Amino acid sequence: MSSKPTNVVIAGLGGQGVIKASDILADVAFSSGLDVKKSELHGMSQRGGSVSSDVRFGERVFSPMVPEKEADFLLVIAPDQVEVNAAVLGQNGILIEPSQIDESSLSNKKSINVALLGVLSRHLQFSVEAWTAALKRNLPERLHEANLMAFSIGRANERIMGQGK
Amino acid sequence: MAAFDAGVKLGTGYPGTPSTEILETFESLGGRAQWSPNEKVALEVGIGVAFAGARALVTMKHVGLNVAADPLFTVAYTRLDGALVVVSADDPAMASSQNEQDNRRYALAAGVPMLEPSDSQEAYEFTLRAIDISERWQVPVLLRMTTRVCHSKTVVRRATVAIPPPRPAHFEHDFPSRVMIPAYARPAHLRLRKTLAQIAAWNDEAGPNQLVAGSSSLGIITSGVAFQYVREVAGEASVLKLGMTYPLPLERMRSFAASVERCVVIEEGDPYLVEGARTAGIAVEAKPEIFRFGELNSGRVRRILDSDDSPEPKPVRGRPPALCPGCPHRAVYTALKNLNCIVSGDIGCYSLGVLPPFEAMDTLVCMGAAIGVGLGLRHSLPPEEARRVVSVIGDSTFVHSGITGLVEMVYNPPASGHVVLILDNGTTAMTGMQEHPGTGRTLAHAKTGKVVFEDLVRSLGVRNVHVVDPAPDPAGFQELIQACLDTPELSVVIARRDCLLATRAIREYERCNEQQTN
Repeated sequence: MSSKPTNVVIAGLGGQGVIKASDILADVAFSSGLDVKKSELHGMSQRGGSVSSDVRFGERVFSPMVPEKEADFLLVIAPDQVEVNAAVLGQNGILIEPSQIDESSLSNKKSINVALLGVLSRHLQFSVEAWTAALKRNLPERLHEANLMAFSIGRANERIMGQGK
Repeated sequence: MAAFDAGVKLGTGYPGTPSTEILETFESLGGRAQWSPNEKVALEVGIGVAFAGARALVTMKHVGLNVAADPLFTVAYTRLDGALVVVSADDPAMASSQNEQDNRRYALAAGVPMLEPSDSQEAYEFTLRAIDISERWQVPVLLRMTTRVCHSKTVVRRATVAIPPPRPAHFEHDFPSRVMIPAYARPAHLRLRKTLAQIAAWNDEAGPNQLVAGSSSLGIITSGVAFQYVREVAGEASVLKLGMTYPLPLERMRSFAASVERCVVIEEGDPYLVEGARTAGIAVEAKPEIFRFGELNSGRVRRILDSDDSPEPKPVRGRPPALCPGCPHRAVYTALKNLNCIVSGDIGCYSLGVLPPFEAMDTLVCMGAAIGVGLGLRHSLPPEEARRVVSVIGDSTFVHSGITGLVEMVYNPPASGHVVLILDNGTTAMTGMQEHPGTGRTLAHAKTGKVVFEDLVRSLGVRNVHVVDPAPDPAGFQELIQACLDTPELSVVIARRDCLLATRAIREYERCNEQQTN
């Protein structure tokens, strides 16, 4: 059996960039040579409802969904969506939430999703170059600067290190 | 992507979660794709493409196939010169639908071969295979997807399946094969059953099915995304994964079942594979009934294998969707609530009018039903109640299947008259801002012919036609509705204001189109 995949759940509300963040994460993992699957539910969520996206990567991934209580990371963009999604986190799973970012330091508040990816990036082995390339591939050019900045703010954040749930 | 690589001549469809992105992607790759007013028309156009010897891809969500069922059942009898692949995107668990019908039943009922991919790679490969099968046996093929196959992304390698290049389009007269009058349809049905028997034999021998060797104590027969869950939780089991699930490879299933001590069928939705196996006398274990509802996942598959049918914990509910702040529908529902209307509703963003704070929608059945159901209510309720009935339908839904309802209203008007409200926000908002014939722009947002609702409605003989923007003057809007309810005549009110989320994009499309004409 190959080693177990890494499981990440990204959650928030419609319009917050949940799907975009999961696209970027999946892209980083894919371009680093891993098998990746992602799955999300949307449709009615365009109307401000809950949205979540599962991203799994490793040598070999089967189910596109993260099984209950097996998420290694839960990244939540809307504070009130933490409780709704908490059940996916595994015993040693790590919660990443907006309170870990000083929002006033972001030049564009909408890039909070990418700032949280920056926080997540400290726990994963992908290189900064791989992240930068994936961010650029998935965002229009006019948003590159604000988002690369948001990513480095999240990545530089010291407060989050080693916070288990 | 597969459609593009296979040289599909034309993609048609009607938007619906979780199928919408297929044609949009095909178009963005350089393919020719167009939205049809509804799924029936989309399939009919696709049939024409295949009669011309070219390759057609027709996409829709599961309930869309109900609308397209009429052509589907008969095109199965005909002989195609090109390829016709119908994508049905099913929505088990109803993430964004009004029912969770299992469209594998359609393949069986209509006699249409069916493939079920289990991830993005197979969605690619099976589309190519479907085209190949369609051309080889000259029959339409159903590509049945589900939410977790559609709305997932997995690594795809291109050009893994080689199929012949498309032939140039050309029409050959062939009356008995394409004109389904009874005299020709009777032999055509016989021919279809013979073809299906050949395909079944091929499926047994060489179909796109996969055997994962494993323990002889546990064998699992599965298809679609359920295969991924099975691999996740039962790595030791022997697995027969079916890629073509109509006609079933019954001999393969039979020998597989005989090769293991315990043979369990793991499938999402209806017990379709189970019934197929049992009808053929193959002894298999079925999942407990509770797993028929909703989606499967790894945890539920584990429970099926453990024969655990104890009640499941209720999932924590996320925040439900709501009409956006500033949504033009808000003023409409405020008026309908104030007037205590009986609202016959329809499908779209405005379905959310049923939720608090409005709670101003009383019925919702299927696309276009608002008008017919409203008329039925008017015909049968006592006069004081009948006068409060209003039909509410969105712009895209009106084009999809509301027009025939309006014809019914003109032809069989209720004694108390009727009021139809067309909520025209200038886009198919619910599925993500797709164009439709009322916007005057194509799938790719280029300028094209436009159906003007007020002209259409007047041409049908409705005299009271009002076009208003409900947002700036909600009180005036409410008075207008009241006035329409008070007369025993037929009224159509078109509440027109662009969807807030689409306004900027619509302005941009219009600007581009204008520049091109200048």
